[in-house]
Amino acid sequence: MKVKVLCRNPDDYVRETTRDIQRVPRNYDPTLHPFEVPREYTRAMNATKLERVFAKPFVAALDGHRDAVNCMAKHPTSLSTLLSGSCDGEVKVWNLPTKKCVRTLQAHEGFVRGMCARFCGTSFFTVGDDKTIKQWKMEAPGYGEEEEPLNMILGKTVYTGIDHHQKEGVFATCGQQVDIWDEQRSSPIRSFTWGVDSVSCVRFNPVETELLASCASDRSIILYDMREATPLQKVIMNMRSNTLCWNPMEAYIFTCANEDYHLYTYDMRQLSMPIVMHSDHVSAVLDVDYSPTGKEFVSASFDKTIRIFPEKKSHSRSVYHTKRMQHVICVKWSLDNKYIMTGSDEMNIRLWKANASEKLGLLTTREKQAQNYSQKLKQKFQHHPQIRRITRHRHLPREIYSQRKELHVMKEARRRKPEVQLMCSERSGTALSPSKKKLSNVPSLLVSFFLKCKVLLAHHRS
Amino acid sequence: MAKRKAKASRVRSESSSKAAKNSTQVMTYDDGEDELLEGDDDDAVISASEEDEGGSDDERKHRKLLEAISALGGKKRRKLAERSEASVQVSEFAVSAEGAGEKISLSDLLGAMDQTPSAVKSTKKQLQNLESCKDTLELPLSRQETEKIQRKVAFEKTSKDVSQWESIVKQNQRAEQLVFPLNQEPSGPKPVEHVVVGWKPRTPLEMEVFSLLHKNMQPINDPLLTPMEEASLKAMSLEEAKIRRAELQKIRALQSYYEAKAKRERKIKSKKYHKVLKKGKRKELLKEFEEMRNKDPAAALEELKKMELARMEERMSLKHQNSGKWAKSKAIMAKYDDEARKAMQQQLEMNKELTQKLALPPESEEEQEPEETEVVPDFANDAQAAADPANPWMMGKLSAEPAEKDCGGDDKESAVENTQNEEEREPEGDEEEENEEDVLLREFDEKRKSRRPDDDALAPPFQVDKEETEGEKKEEPVCVSSEDEHEGEVVSEFKSLFQKLLANGHESTVNKGTGQDAKESDAEEPALLDEGLSRVRSLEDVDELLGQGLVREHAEDVAEVKEKIPTTAEETKNERTDKRKKKKILDLNDVLTRDAKVISVPLAPTAIGEEEGEGDQRMLVQEAFAGDDVVADFLKDKKKRVEAGKPKVVDLTLPGWGEWGGVGLKPSRYKRRRFRIKVAPPPPRKDRNLPNVIISDARESSVAMHQVSQLPFSFEKPEQFECSIRTPTGHTWNTQRTVQKLTAPKVVTQLGSIIEPITRDSLDKSKAQTRGKKAPDIVLASAGAEGQGPRKGRRKAGENNARNLRNPRRRAIKRTK
Repeated sequence: MKVKVLCRNPDDYVRETTRDIQRVPRNYDPTLHPFEVPREYTRAMNATKLERVFAKPFVAALDGHRDAVNCMAKHPTSLSTLLSGSCDGEVKVWNLPTKKCVRTLQAHEGFVRGMCARFCGTSFFTVGDDKTIKQWKMEAPGYGEEEEPLNMILGKTVYTGIDHHQKEGVFATCGQQVDIWDEQRSSPIRSFTWGVDSVSCVRFNPVETELLASCASDRSIILYDMREATPLQKVIMNMRSNTLCWNPMEAYIFTCANEDYHLYTYDMRQLSMPIVMHSDHVSAVLDVDYSPTGKEFVSASFDKTIRIFPEKKSHSRSVYHTKRMQHVICVKWSLDNKYIMTGSDEMNIRLWKANASEKLGLLTTREKQAQNYSQKLKQKFQHHPQIRRITRHRHLPREIYSQRKELHVMKEARRRKPEVQLMCSERSGTALSPSKKKLSNVPSLLVSFFLKCKVLLAHHRS
Repeated sequence: MAKRKAKASRVRSESSSKAAKNSTQVMTYDDGEDELLEGDDDDAVISASEEDEGGSDDERKHRKLLEAISALGGKKRRKLAERSEASVQVSEFAVSAEGAGEKISLSDLLGAMDQTPSAVKSTKKQLQNLESCKDTLELPLSRQETEKIQRKVAFEKTSKDVSQWESIVKQNQRAEQLVFPLNQEPSGPKPVEHVVVGWKPRTPLEMEVFSLLHKNMQPINDPLLTPMEEASLKAMSLEEAKIRRAELQKIRALQSYYEAKAKRERKIKSKKYHKVLKKGKRKELLKEFEEMRNKDPAAALEELKKMELARMEERMSLKHQNSGKWAKSKAIMAKYDDEARKAMQQQLEMNKELTQKLALPPESEEEQEPEETEVVPDFANDAQAAADPANPWMMGKLSAEPAEKDCGGDDKESAVENTQNEEEREPEGDEEEENEEDVLLREFDEKRKSRRPDDDALAPPFQVDKEETEGEKKEEPVCVSSEDEHEGEVVSEFKSLFQKLLANGHESTVNKGTGQDAKESDAEEPALLDEGLSRVRSLEDVDELLGQGLVREHAEDVAEVKEKIPTTAEETKNERTDKRKKKKILDLNDVLTRDAKVISVPLAPTAIGEEEGEGDQRMLVQEAFAGDDVVADFLKDKKKRVEAGKPKVVDLTLPGWGEWGGVGLKPSRYKRRRFRIKVAPPPPRKDRNLPNVIISDARESSVAMHQVSQLPFSFEKPEQFECSIRTPTGHTWNTQRTVQKLTAPKVVTQLGSIIEPITRDSLDKSKAQTRGKKAPDIVLASAGAEGQGPRKGRRKAGENNARNLRNPRRRAIKRTK
């Protein structure tokens, strides 16, 4: 006689560890578990509420600079190291886990304008108001040794920014012109100019490593190729861009922080129109940095807040601020995608979580699963009004809140103006609106201009 | 030499003609090129050269003299060639000072070309064309313009370069899940070779160990043969090696034959075959025994005694009766594990073999009787077991396998026959034997069962269980159905409400359409955040926040309700929807109250003690809910609602209007009749025929607050959205793996790992992948026939390799050859 026995996979009923709770086999018959939608909705609601309750992004403040923090640099191989340069020419190296300054050096006289670490993490470069480029060792000097730069290049003009190539011993500085330097030489191997006399920021493309972009004082953004003799392309905007940042995962995308309170994301191949305009700030945007995953970026603004934008969204997903944080001058997103560092006017460097409500440290698998599930639920029910309301709620300081309102009113007014004008003109009946008149005038003007040109050309030829 | 002579003669003839012209002497050439070059010059020059050895002064004088003579001689003499300064002809400032005044026209040049053959005609034409057109060449472009062009070209080039990334960027955007850092090496231990490569001994101990290893020439990479071994192999002579090889081959062949045979035999599934085989073996054994008895009866007796002793021992002990620790553990595992079961069976078989009485030729009747008694009780046991209602196995067997039972009956009969008349047994012969075997098998089965009381305890009584479940079914239907109905209705109600609300939302969006479109077009993308002045610190705050929302929503609802003025058309629509709803409800009821499939579970360890427990629990429940009369409450509630739904008489009488008013005075009857307005009765309630249902049409704001009023972006139809909401994702409704799949996050990062920017490698990789995907499509058609040849070859090679691997020594031998 054959006896058939049901065989089950021991994974289904054996617990992982002896401390684990006993696994109970479950009947997934849908009739036994009714109300799936309301039950999941409740879970989603709870998850969103908890997310908001646990949203505490501020991790630490690094105190020690004696003047405003003007620039920062990430260490390319060590997550726990951060470099910062202040307006009194001091450079500090921080250890993030212990929240302590490891090393201080007087790098320049006047501002430290820019700094960047070498791709291998053995040394870093600073430029300052004293017209010098200095290369420093990453390690602190031994006992009794003096703090001295490895290399120093004395330039003719002030350098305002510096960036290092991703793989080679080449770096770029900007000032009156954009210079490309070889580390071994004391004069630039190439200089680019294009009708501007001051460039505020230059950045290497981390993916297509030979490309560069710079922000100039004539409201333009200029693209360069290190291998070419001339710059590539230029776009002139309404207001000046302060900094820009390339997307580390998408070779042709970069975002620039503009003075007109907005950020613009461009496709390098089509500079005529930005892909997205990111607006939420209420004052000039001073710095921007992409997350290493290329999915989000963080922007620092003069309005004393930092905002995190999804890559292709025009509004921010969260805003960080504290009472004591003044104008944020520089911001960096850590290389493990977990933290954000900001340097601000009131001499402090702050460490924030990139995801405000994320639990730090190691998670057990079950915790991870629960997290994933709640994320999924939140995403699933994101359109439901109550959940949306809770997830979107943020606290803002009063000034920024009122300013935002004001800006909104202004924007509305600007939007409505042509409509109102049109309405008025319709009521009056015959008269064309001024804008329409202007439009009708344009072709005739153009024609006359062309005629003049032709005549001139004919003269010239004869 | 001949050539040279010819040349010389030609030159000579030329020079002779010249000499004739100049009326000079014939010159003679011995040999040499110098003279040949100077051949054109006058004799005077030659003579001068001849006299070179004399002295320079003399020469000069001589020349002067000659000049003078020539001047005397008239103008017939040619002017002598003179060497002059180059600067006179070639000026410092221009290319040629000589023809400075003259203009060279193109025609002059062309004139020279006229003489050349017609091969250059085309160029000539071109030149003529050039001559005919009068325009001047344009100036080269200005620096700015050239730069502009350069920039444009460079930009186009770089943008093309950059566009290579587009595919990978899109791929990443579309990816279900991205794990950062992107190009990770597989985790886990690396192979030793990789680790060892960069390692060098540093400490003295390590050095020593290393040197020792090197002395012995231990292999580090290829551990097949040490150099020593190889050397020894080399030392073996060729013949020896050959012999050895032949031996090995033979052995291997034999082994493989044997293995193949065994395998074949093992693979035969026929039971009969095996039976026959066993029988044959047994017979052989018996034969041997017989022979032994014939030859050496004493030895045979010894053997018999031994067997008897073993049997006694076996019967005494519990060694093979599946009662030991091992057997018990196996018994537990036997449910899941085939091998364990087999092992147990083997043990039992062993027991049976050992305890079986030897089938000796009947010598005395005393010996036979115990055998009978041994056989009989088994069957008696069987019968008892069959009768025992507590033994589910028996029950199951009897009820489930009547055929077997029949044959069992046969067996019984035969057994009875066995016991009753021995004489009849013999003529039956082979058939009887087979029967006997069957009987033995069954016996063994029974024994196994009877000796596994634990298992029986584990195995629940089938019939009882079924009865129980049936009983439950019988008892429960009333309550279950009502409950189910209730549940089902609630579910359906919820669902229908949800759908209706969605539909309403859709309608409202359509209605609002124009206004909202304008709004939406202006605000391209809604802000992701609601920024306010309040801070969320605790759950209470969140609730408060919700409350605010509620107030707002409520206001909206009121507005909506106000908008909805019931018209006749809408009423009819409502009725229609009601009908539909009713249908739906009925359907759902059908679905929900349908009898669930009753799965009879063979192993339900808790089923035994439940009969008493169930009653207890019912009592307990009754006790616990003694005060609640749910049904009455429900009815009351329904009544209240019905009452509330009934229209009330509107009383518009104004006391004191047109008559006296005051305390104690009532308006007149006429007035009351006149100004009390009776409202037409409302349409009949939908739940009037459903005693245990309340259907309410009123929109409940407490629910509406949580409903989506507008179809969200990226959904085209309400059904899509509904579907996305309806499918549950949690572990309550899905298996572990499904939940993991459903809730997989889009971006995964590792704790504490640096995420580098994307590199060229990944681009190349993706390109290679796409290429790899494309390649087979192209080859597919042609590769069908051709592909087999090389594949065969490859397989052969693989076989060879495998063989070599199996026998490293052989490979080594090959190498030595």
